[in-house]
Amino acid sequence: MTNSIDDIADEARVFFITGSNTTETHPVIGYRIRRAIKNGARLIVADPRRIKIAEHADVFLQLKPGTNAALLQGMAKVILDEKLYDEDFIKNRTEGFEEYAEKISSIDLNEMAEITGVPAELIAEAARLYAGSNPAAILYTMGITQHTSGTDNVLALAGLATLTGNLGKRGGGVNPLRGQNNVQGACDTGALPNVFPGYQPVSSPEANKKFSEAYGAEIPDKPGMPMTRMFKAALEGQIKGVYIMGETPVVSEPDICKITEALGELELVIVQDLFFTETADYADVVLPAASFAEKDGTFVNTERRVQRIRKAVSAPGVAKSDLDIFCELGQKLGLKGFDYSGAAGVMKEIGEMNPKWKGITYERLEAGGLSWPCPDENHPGTPILYGEKFLTASGKAQFKAVDYKPPAEAPDDEYPFILTTGRSLYHYHTGTMTRRSEGLSDLYDVEKALISLEDAERLGLSENDRVRLSSRRGEVEAEVKPVSELKEGTVFMTFHFAETCANQLTNSELDPVASIPELKVCTVNMEKV
Amino acid sequence: MFKVTINGLDIEVEKGTTVFEAAEKAGIYIPTLCHHPDLPTFGGCRVCMVDADGKIVTACRAPVTDGMVVKTDTEEVSKVRLSNVELLLASHNKDCQSCTRNNSCRLQEVSAFVGINQERMRQIRRSVEPVKPDDSNPFFHRDFTRCILCGICIRTCQEINGVAAIDFAFRGFHTKVSVLGDKPIKDSHCESCGECLVRCPTGALYLSRPETPEREVESVCTYCGVGCGIKLGVRGDRVVHVEGNRDNEVNRGDLCVKGRFGFDFINHPERLKTPLIKKDGIFVEASWDEALDFVADKMSDIKSKHGADALGGISSARCSSEETYLFQKIFRALGTNNVDHCARL
Ligand code: SF4
Ligand code: SF4
Ligand code: SF4
Ligand code: FES
Repeated sequence: MTNSIDDIADEARVFFITGSNTTETHPVIGYRIRRAIKNGARLIVADPRRIKIAEHADVFLQLKPGTNAALLQGMAKVILDEKLYDEDFIKNRTEGFEEYAEKISSIDLNEMAEITGVPAELIAEAARLYAGSNPAAILYTMGITQHTSGTDNVLALAGLATLTGNLGKRGGGVNPLRGQNNVQGACDTGALPNVFPGYQPVSSPEANKKFSEAYGAEIPDKPGMPMTRMFKAALEGQIKGVYIMGETPVVSEPDICKITEALGELELVIVQDLFFTETADYADVVLPAASFAEKDGTFVNTERRVQRIRKAVSAPGVAKSDLDIFCELGQKLGLKGFDYSGAAGVMKEIGEMNPKWKGITYERLEAGGLSWPCPDENHPGTPILYGEKFLTASGKAQFKAVDYKPPAEAPDDEYPFILTTGRSLYHYHTGTMTRRSEGLSDLYDVEKALISLEDAERLGLSENDRVRLSSRRGEVEAEVKPVSELKEGTVFMTFHFAETCANQLTNSELDPVASIPELKVCTVNMEKV
Repeated sequence: MFKVTINGLDIEVEKGTTVFEAAEKAGIYIPTLCHHPDLPTFGGCRVCMVDADGKIVTACRAPVTDGMVVKTDTEEVSKVRLSNVELLLASHNKDCQSCTRNNSCRLQEVSAFVGINQERMRQIRRSVEPVKPDDSNPFFHRDFTRCILCGICIRTCQEINGVAAIDFAFRGFHTKVSVLGDKPIKDSHCESCGECLVRCPTGALYLSRPETPEREVESVCTYCGVGCGIKLGVRGDRVVHVEGNRDNEVNRGDLCVKGRFGFDFINHPERLKTPLIKKDGIFVEASWDEALDFVADKMSDIKSKHGADALGGISSARCSSEETYLFQKIFRALGTNNVDHCARL
């Protein structure tokens, strides 16, 4: 997030929520938004599904899955045509406006309406509301990014915020709500193939030298493989061994048949987890890990706030924290510097290697969380990014118009429906943890594929009827529930349930820049069974 | 600033302060039942009555005026408070012993304060008709015979989380807190967040599996990226309770259903307890030394035969930052950048 939860919840006059089912996937932020709306904030929601938060929307745009960039640039066009942009901001803090404006102005709004299935007038209304009440905060999640055009969608959103001067200020920003508890921290600490901790590129000679020296190794200056490509590489024989910790790719990855096939090919599969997961079956060795309640450490939340977790109980049996496991393994592998004095010691090293975390210490965290960048021990942390300059060479925000690209698959006679996936309030990801809660399972234990009322009527389906859903990659059987929140031709499933695994169907086609799979759009067929 | 005198104590408060808040500032206790600092004022229970400039007012609602003289312990105040509490008790479940809130109940506290002793309590309480509690929700149940209709749960569900699943239904003596159509709460759009439960002043809303912790440990919820501050309640060596941490700036105590109730996995019998190595297709238990030697040997073997880039590390967005740091360090120190995690899923 460019901003903090507090400043957007307290000061945004308009929220533009797109591709985020906020009240279910980030419930406590959902509370804050509902409170803000009670206090007079306005709301625009753009989503293929009439999600709960849409009940409160002033403008609701029910776009076809995967047409985000068309919708967003349609909005930008209205802002340009009607001169609703922030001239001062554009003049002082941005670059490339002319080119952007020229390209966007040439867009035909009616064509965007056609592509998205949202009436032009509604797109214009959303644009006016967004541009007309400053500050306005954009909130998005995977509904924007899990597309082959994910990067373009984000650029299109950034374009809107830049046009309207909604960057670097309280109540504004472009705010991806990070999904998992520590996805931010995993990125920050370099669990990414192209960057070291602190987003220092592996290809940067300086950074590479620093890390190679510190780790006593020759680290390649070419980015490694993203996870979404690793399994493919395993099938092709390039990857021989994988180490999987705290993750269940055979439920969460798109196009699962390929994944299980790849796991079978590997010489070595190491699984480290709390439970014997669906992936563990394919392992050569399974290592028992401690849960968050059984160890010290930090999680970084969606606002880049580093917060302490603390050991409350001991781990079962001889299970150990991942930290202890890695220290021992590092030593067994003969690697340099794996003799830490606990989590605080590791944090100290992170601060040395990642300048943005330099000022974060366990002593300081006792008093509460700190948002990075936090470059020294007296720095208060940075809840809002880009207050003065942007991370470009010139320090100015760069406008970039994108070309709308349709999703990889379009409905046809064979696969006439679009399947889109997401999460429910009651479960988390592959359900390794939540499905072991009796109570949560009591509230929601059987997948219900959501279908539109129109499709239900046409196919003669009513609630609890079973259907077979099939795509080019696989098939699943599940119960259906006809709902008014979906438009004709769309199906929604979660990916919590291994027995009705939506990811048997999903498409592993990737965004060319971010390597994120198109989990939000694939085409399927549906038959009653 | 306004000058106010409460029971002879002079204090200064901002304009707009209520009498209750002024008294709180002066360190003077005023009994309340329907008042909650997180919520807008309701003014329904009328146990907070005080004498303000000679008039009997509800302290939780009445704003102070400059020069106001407040008395909280006059004979008249005591009388009104007493009769208001007695009225509440008259239709309340008789059996405090079986209540989960026994000894931590606001109604008991207020009753004692206004001078109702055990004996009197027994006299006032007629036996109420037994009403079956609503036990449809797996995490908390609702016992209507202990409800004092303070409306805190209703305001919580409207103002704190914006769900608005519950409201007063029926009139007069039959009034109760209910969901649309008076169905079990599980069949409503209640999101099981438990925010109402933690604010209920009585035992009307209670945990279905209450266990009192022996100690508390501050931590952060392990589910979504909001990062709500929690307190893990520990008994023996088990996590038995989770509470929102009101001092945490992210959530100020608020939690969702997963954060508050979804902690069963920690003590779950299926947790992995020992390393396992697959031998001839069957997993057998191993010591850490065996398992990690196996891992280290195999990894080194692949590295020397095929190069470090034949290894891939899939880290997790669920572990700590320190752990993801070490994980990437292992792979990079082995000489490959093939390390990633589930950020894209
Ligand atoms: S259930 Fe509890 S909070 Fe709700 S009205 Fe009754 S006593 Fe008050
Ligand atoms: S649990 Fe939450 S959603 Fe349900 S009634 Fe209580 S406050 Fe409302
Ligand atoms: S309590 Fe709910 S909203 Fe808060 S971090 Fe946990 S899962 Fe997210
Ligand atoms: S606390 Fe004042 S009327 Fe209930």
